[in-house]
Amino acid sequence: MKQNTTIAVAMSGGVDSSAAAAILAREGDGSVDSRPSVVGLTLQLWDQTRLAGKHGIPDTPKAGRCCSLDDVYDARRVAEQLEIPYYVVNQEERFERDVVRPFVDEYLAGRTPIPCSLCNNHIKFDQLLKTARSIGADRIATGHYAVNEYDSARGRWILKRPADQAKDQTYFLFGLTQEQLARTLFPLGHMTKPEVRGAARRHGLALAEKPDSQEICFVPGGDYKQFITAYLEEQGDASLETSGELVAANGEVIGQHTGIHNFTVGQRKGLGVASAAPLYVLNIDPASHRVTVGADAELATPTVRARQLNWVSIAELTGPKRVRVKIRHRHEPAWATLEPAGTDEVLATFDEPQRAVTPGQAAVFYDGDEVVGGGWIV
Amino acid sequence: MRRVYCDANATTPLLPEVMEAMRPYWMEDFGNASSIHLQGQKARSAVDNARDTLARFFNCRDAEVVFNSGGTEGDNTAIFGLLRPGDHFITTSIEHSAVLRAADRVAERGVEVTFVAPQKNGVIDPEEIKRAIRPATRLVSVMLANNETGVLQPAEEIGRIAADAGAFFHIDAVQGAGKVAFDVRRFGCHLCSISAHKMHGPKGVGAMYVRRGTPLEPLIVGGSHERRQRAGTENVPGIVGISKAVELAMESLNNGAMERIERLRDRLEAGILAIPGTRVNGAGAPRVANTTNIHFDQVEGEALVIALDLKGVAVSGGSACHSGSTEPSHVLMAMGLERNAARASLRFSLLKTATNEDVDYVLRVVPEAVEHLRALAPEVAGTLG
Repeated sequence: MKQNTTIAVAMSGGVDSSAAAAILAREGDGSVDSRPSVVGLTLQLWDQTRLAGKHGIPDTPKAGRCCSLDDVYDARRVAEQLEIPYYVVNQEERFERDVVRPFVDEYLAGRTPIPCSLCNNHIKFDQLLKTARSIGADRIATGHYAVNEYDSARGRWILKRPADQAKDQTYFLFGLTQEQLARTLFPLGHMTKPEVRGAARRHGLALAEKPDSQEICFVPGGDYKQFITAYLEEQGDASLETSGELVAANGEVIGQHTGIHNFTVGQRKGLGVASAAPLYVLNIDPASHRVTVGADAELATPTVRARQLNWVSIAELTGPKRVRVKIRHRHEPAWATLEPAGTDEVLATFDEPQRAVTPGQAAVFYDGDEVVGGGWIV
Repeated sequence: MRRVYCDANATTPLLPEVMEAMRPYWMEDFGNASSIHLQGQKARSAVDNARDTLARFFNCRDAEVVFNSGGTEGDNTAIFGLLRPGDHFITTSIEHSAVLRAADRVAERGVEVTFVAPQKNGVIDPEEIKRAIRPATRLVSVMLANNETGVLQPAEEIGRIAADAGAFFHIDAVQGAGKVAFDVRRFGCHLCSISAHKMHGPKGVGAMYVRRGTPLEPLIVGGSHERRQRAGTENVPGIVGISKAVELAMESLNNGAMERIERLRDRLEAGILAIPGTRVNGAGAPRVANTTNIHFDQVEGEALVIALDLKGVAVSGGSACHSGSTEPSHVLMAMGLERNAARASLRFSLLKTATNEDVDYVLRVVPEAVEHLRALAPEVAGTLG
């Protein structure tokens, strides 16, 4: 494919994307013949003041949140320092439609969503890429920790775990299509986090020591339950009732709860019942609003089913395949045999049962460092 | 790369004459216009001369000119300085946010506010103002020219309606001043706000016409500057700058310069309208000479602004004072455009110094950029409702 040499860097105002911009603008993209021209783009996704004053949300937003004026300021200062054109692109409506609303709906349906993956699939590598191409850039770059390489033997773009395994973000990127990967650069894929901070320092970026953010960007203070209540209040859905019974594995009712969105499979704290042995959420039934709790041992599950699949290193799954499966961000991938199970669905049978398989999370399949593909746990 | 600046309604560069006129007042004649000594007298003389020029510009007495920091201060002063709880205030839904946000604030404090909507072509129907009049109506505030569309408002007729109702009349003339013939007596207004930087003067300075006897409470209090109408040490270089800027503006209203800009704007507009799926917002209405606001069907305006900037053409998607906001232009929406159509609209506003070559360049770049956007992603345009 003929590539032009304009690259749009998605800049969040954090260290990683700022370092990625600095590396591309000052050192190039590794191509020998020419230096790319770099354009900085910041996505404006969520108005941090929007739910201020609603249910438990402070009147003034916390500083340093995604899309806060502070972060846009930081990103703009980096772009100014690098002397690259810089623009803020407003995607608030799409972000609400494709990320925030589904995030709330998933919790209300008893599942545990991953908004970052939704954002990657629908906003960053979809809308942002479209905007980038509209303005004359053929590729985008982000500060994700992942490696993206073209394998001519297979004729496919391969997504791989990065040099810094502790920062690995491939779990959130499994939904990238071949077309998207072909137009995406991850300049930090071969660097460790300390090396990235070193690059930020070397390029004189004032935010080189800025702390990492861990929270969901649109949830102030990280309390998603509070966010959901405040959001529903704003939408006029405050009466939405998902309270129900807390039951033991044998069906005995042992308590009441105020709403299924307050629970996640494997959760121990905040169940509101006393018990001799620690209790964990085993299951959330969206139809009856019943939350089943039980002992830790009962969380172990031998299989996982996933739908809405995206394949990365293979064109499709035609038969059983040995892979390692990652079922949540902080999960150590576990060996399993993967096989097709109907249209757009796969079944993974673990060698050892895995704890807390959680509907709404992603199951991502690895072959060594390569992402084979992934889907959403049902 | 050639750069063509088509965003004069956001701001303009100083003309060299303005820069030269201001120059002595930074370092040599730096005095405080309120001081007794020679330095002070030089500064005072500069301010007095400027006031005289502004009085000619407004067609008013010297004593009716108040210098301030610009359009926003003028608009705020008119609204906060006249309205008290229980009063009724009439303005329009297409005003600049300096008026709209001030209106919101007085509304929170017990003033009844009526926002009159424009007709589809962007013109406020004076009859609608008349219908909105109540016994308690104390102030009517309408802009002379809209900043986004350039559409001129019927100031004289609205002035007569306000006078008949015994209401005060304020004109936000920030975008009209220097572009159309100007006369506060003809407009029949009590207050009129202008800004220097929209007419090749410096930023941070403006002026207000305050008709003698208008009980306008000052917004900023302190020393006895500006006949106690506006406290704060006079911005002498800025005041000299606005004076030179209006002097040059008055000349260009009489020497054919505006007609030249209008011809350039018309050529630009016709050239862009040759692109399929385009139309002028505010078409058919009387407009200032330098502005055209064009809707591009199936184009995301934000992307087009960026794409054009990267090709050397500076335009805007609406008011620069709204950039970063989620909402599409309130002006275009008030004119009946759908959200997507408002988002797909761009403002081109030419500088007084624009050239034929500038227009040639814009007409080379814009059709290419629009075609590229449409070819690339027809599915992205207008997908949000």
